[in-house]
Amino acid sequence: METTFTPVQSLAGGAMIGLSVVLLMGTLGRIAGISGIVARLLPPGVERGGRWTGAAFVLGLLLAVPVHGWASGAVPAGTMVAAGPLLALSGLLVGFGAVTGNGCTSGHGVCGLSRLSGRSVVATGIFMAAAFATVLVLRHLGGM
Amino acid sequence: MGVASALLAGLLFGIGLIVSGMTDPLKVQNFLDPFGTWDPSLAFVMGGAVAVALPGFALLRRRAGPLFAPAFRWPAREDIDARLIGGAAAFGIGWGLAGLCPGPALVAALSIPSVALVFVPAMLLGMVLARALAPRAPRAATGGAAHARP
Repeated sequence: METTFTPVQSLAGGAMIGLSVVLLMGTLGRIAGISGIVARLLPPGVERGGRWTGAAFVLGLLLAVPVHGWASGAVPAGTMVAAGPLLALSGLLVGFGAVTGNGCTSGHGVCGLSRLSGRSVVATGIFMAAAFATVLVLRHLGGM
Repeated sequence: MGVASALLAGLLFGIGLIVSGMTDPLKVQNFLDPFGTWDPSLAFVMGGAVAVALPGFALLRRRAGPLFAPAFRWPAREDIDARLIGGAAAFGIGWGLAGLCPGPALVAALSIPSVALVFVPAMLLGMVLARALAPRAPRAATGGAAHARP
C-alpha cells in the first residue's frame, strides 16, 4: 500500500529532531540516542547519574502524541505492517541490536552522522542495508 | 532546569517524529522498498535533522561545556568491532520487519495498541538481554561509550 511522499513535513519534522539533539547536548552534554537513553534506565546496572534527565527525555517522547493531539486535534496516522510473533521478533531484534551496536537511527543515524563519526557512518550503512534487504525479501522474494 | 530541558528535548523529538510521518510503520517500511511502493520521505527527515544538528554540534564544540551539566559527553570510540557490525545488522533486520525503531515506537505506543502491547515490551526485553550478555561494562549504550575506551 502506498503512502504519500511528504518532503516538506518530513524536512520540517527532521529539523525539529535536529533541534532536539542540539538542545540535549547544549544543556546536558548528552547524545540524544533513544536506545542508549532507554537502555540506561533498564537493568542490569541502572545508571545513577543522569537517571532523572533520561527518564524526563523518555517522558517527553511519550507526551508527544497527547501534546500534538491537543495542539492539532489529530491523532498521527499509523498502519502496522507486522503483527503477532513477527512483531515481537522485530522488537527483540531492534532492542538487542541497538544496544549491542551502541546506537540506533537517532544515536548513529542523526547524532553520529552529524558528528562525522566513522563508527556511526559504518553502523548506519549496515543497518540501512540490512533493513532494505529485509524488506526486499519480505515483499518481493516470497516473504518468510 | 536539567530535567526540564530533557523533557522539552524529548517532546520536541517526539513531535518531530509525528510531523515527519515517521510514527507510521507503513511509511517507514515504504522507504525501505525502492522496488515497490517507495516513499522517499525518510531521507528528508534524516536530511533535515542532520542539516540542523551538524552545524549545531560544530557550534557547541567551541563552547566550554553544556549549560546544566559539568561537561559534554561526546562519544570517544572510533573502533569498528564485531559488536558494532552484528548489532547494526540485527537492528536493521528488526527495523525492516515492522518499520519501527526505538524513538517512533515509544511515540506510537500512545497511538497504536500493538506497539505498546507487543513491540515495546519485546524491544525492552531485547535491550535487557543485550546488556546482560555484554562482555565488560554493562553500559553498552551510546552515551556511556564516552568512557569505554581512550
